[in-house]
Amino acid sequence: MKHTISVLVENHSGVLSRISGLFSRRGFNIESLAVGPTQDPGISRVTIIADGNDYTVEQIEKQLNKLVEVIKVKTFAAGEFLARELLLVKISAGADKRQEVMTICEIANAKVIDLTVNTMTLEVCDKFEHLKRFEDLIAPYGIIEMVRTGTIAIQKGADVIAAKK
Amino acid sequence: MKITAAQAMAKCLTEEGIKVVFGYPGAAICPFYDALMDTDIRHVLVRHEANAGHEASGYARITGRPAVCIATSGPGAVNLITAIATAYADSVPLICITGQVNRDQIGSDAFQEADITGAAEPFVKHSYLVSDPAQIPRIFKEAFYIAGTGRPGPVLIDVPMDVQREVIEYKYPKSVDIRGYKPTVKGNPYQVKRVYAALKESEKPLICLGGGVFTGGAVPEVLELARRMQIPVITTMMGISAFPSDDELFFGMLGMHGCKTANRAVNDCDTLFLVGARVGDRAVRTPLALEKTTKIIHIDIDPAEIGKNINVDFPLVGDAKQVLTQLLEIAEPCRHDSWFADLTALRTEKQFAEVPEGTVNPKRFIDELSQAMPDDSVICADVGQNQIWTCTDYRFRSGGRFVTSGGMGTMGYSLPAAIGAKLAAPERSVCAICGDGALQMSMMELATAVQHDVNVKLVVMTNTRLGMVRELQTKGYDDRQTAVFLDGSPDFVKLADAYGIPALRVTDEKTMKEAISKLANSDERMLVEVVVDKDFATL
Repeated sequence: MKHTISVLVENHSGVLSRISGLFSRRGFNIESLAVGPTQDPGISRVTIIADGNDYTVEQIEKQLNKLVEVIKVKTFAAGEFLARELLLVKISAGADKRQEVMTICEIANAKVIDLTVNTMTLEVCDKFEHLKRFEDLIAPYGIIEMVRTGTIAIQKGADVIAAKK
Repeated sequence: MKITAAQAMAKCLTEEGIKVVFGYPGAAICPFYDALMDTDIRHVLVRHEANAGHEASGYARITGRPAVCIATSGPGAVNLITAIATAYADSVPLICITGQVNRDQIGSDAFQEADITGAAEPFVKHSYLVSDPAQIPRIFKEAFYIAGTGRPGPVLIDVPMDVQREVIEYKYPKSVDIRGYKPTVKGNPYQVKRVYAALKESEKPLICLGGGVFTGGAVPEVLELARRMQIPVITTMMGISAFPSDDELFFGMLGMHGCKTANRAVNDCDTLFLVGARVGDRAVRTPLALEKTTKIIHIDIDPAEIGKNINVDFPLVGDAKQVLTQLLEIAEPCRHDSWFADLTALRTEKQFAEVPEGTVNPKRFIDELSQAMPDDSVICADVGQNQIWTCTDYRFRSGGRFVTSGGMGTMGYSLPAAIGAKLAAPERSVCAICGDGALQMSMMELATAVQHDVNVKLVVMTNTRLGMVRELQTKGYDDRQTAVFLDGSPDFVKLADAYGIPALRVTDEKTMKEAISKLANSDERMLVEVVVDKDFATL
C-alpha cells in the first residue's frame, strides 16, 4: 500500500542524504521524494511516497524521528490531504497532430509550454493518478522525454503540520 | 574570549569534564593536538585508530558518560569506523573527533581526504562537518548532549584543519535546545499502571534484562522490583552482570548460546517483561511464536525498538531507571512460588568435561576465575567461543560488570575495551578474556597498556583455531574446515615478555590454580595463556 509521509527537517546540508540513506539501509521502498523550503527559512519540508504495510510505515516514522535533524513526521490518512505533482513531457507531434493534442490538454487541464515544428512540450500539475492517465493519453504520440517532480502534499482544511517551538 | 577553534575544542572537552582521551594524531588534526597540550586532559596514544574508539567505548561503559576518541583525516578517520559501528550497535556514548582537509579542498580528493561524515552515517547517532568555526562551542555542547542522553550512541565531529586554526569568540553554551531531539525519559503514568496490573495478574512472569539497564543506571531498581514481586530474572548477553548470578531469582542468559533454564523460562512464562532489551535475533530466534503465547511488556528509551522485533502488548517508552522507579512507587510484594519452583527444578549442577592432557577446560577456568576475582571486577570478553564461555560460566556477583561487543560482535574488542575500563576505574580489577584469533586483531594495544601504565589483565584462550567458525564448519559444512587455522601465531608468553609484561601459560590444574591466584590477588599487568583443546565445544 502507498503512503504519503510529510517530514519537517532542519534546512541543513546533508539532511537529504541522511533520509535517503535511512530508506536504503533499512530496506524501505521509496516511490518518490520531493523536498523544498517552507515559509520558515530554517525548515525544509520533504514529502515521501513509500510503499509498505502498516508495520513498515510505523518503522519508517520511528526511524525518521530518530534523526536529530528531523523535526516532525506525519503520515497522512486517506482522504485527509491534497496531493499534487508536476509533470513536463516532450512528445513528437507535428502540425497534423497539434489540434488533437491541444484538445487532450484542454480536457486534462494541461498546458502547451513549448512548441517546435516536430515537438510539443506539455505541462500538467495534478494528482498522481491523473498524471498516469494523462501519460497514457499522450503516449501514442511518442514520448521523447518526461520529467516529474514527485508528489507534494498538504492537509485539507485548517490543519497544519507545525514545528514544535 | 578570543581563542582558536582548536583551543575552543579542547576547552569544550574540559567543560564536559573529560579527563582522558584516546587517539592517534596526523596532519589534519595537529592544531587540536597542539591545543590539547595546554589542558589537563590526558591523551592515550593508541596503536590503531579502531582501538582508540574501543578504548573510549570501554571507558564510557564504566563511567556511563560520553568518552572521546580522536583520529586524523582520511585513513585515520576511516579506521575509526569499526569502533563507531561497534559503539552504535551497543548504544555506547562516544564523541569521535576527526580532522578533515581544509574547507576549500573538500571534494577534491586531496591527500588523506575521506568523506567520514558520509561513510560513518549509518553508524552514528548524529554527525557534524564543521564549516563555521564560530559554531564549535554549540556543536560540542550538542554532541555531548546527543551522545549521552536518550538511547546513547556515537556522535562524530569532523573538523577541517583551517577551521581549527581560525580565531573565534568562545563562550560555552549553558543549555541545549534541539527541536528535533527530545527523548522521552519519564514513563506514561497510565501505561505504568497497566504494566503493573499485568505483572500482578501474571502467574508466570519473567523479567529479561538488556544493556539498557546499564545505560539507564537501573541496576538497583531492577533488583528491588524483582525481589519485591518475586519475579524470576534472565538477561540477554548485553544484560549480563545487571543482576547478581548468585541470587536465587537469577536463571541465566537466554538465546542461541544461552542456558537451557533461561530459554525454557522464556517459553514457559505467561508474561515477559523486557527491560532495555531489543529482542535481537541471537536472543530470541522465533519472536512470532513467542508473541502469540506470551504477554509482552517492553520498556525502552528508544521508541523505534518497541515493536521492531516483536509485537508488544504493553509498550512503555522511557528511561529504565525512571520507569522502574515509577513502578516501585506502586508495586506491592507478591509471590510466584509454584512458577519459581518449576524453574528452580530445571537448574542443573555445572559439570566440567575431562579434557586432553596438556589443556584445561576453559569453562572450568572461567568458573574458578570468577570465584576468585574481586566482586567489583570488570570482565571484558571478546567475540567467539571465549565470549560464550565467559557469558555462561563467569558468575558475576553484585557490583561486577561484564563488557563485550554484543551487537556488532567485533573481534579484538576486549583488550582495548579493558584498557579503557581500567583507566575509568583504576581501583577495580579489569580483565580481558579473548582467543588467539581476537588477540591478534588488537595485540598492538599491549604497547598502549605498557606506555600508559594501565594494569589490565589478559587471559588468552588458545586453541590455534578460530574456534567458533571451526565449529560452524564442523556442524554445518560437513566438517570441511577451512581458513580457521592460526598456524604462525607467536608464542604469547614470549610476546608478553617482549612487551615487558609478566606472563604464564596454563596447561594443567596446578598452573591453573597458580594463574587464577595471581589474576585475582595482584594488580599487576599480566597475560595468562590458557591452552584449550582444538575441538572443545562452545556449549
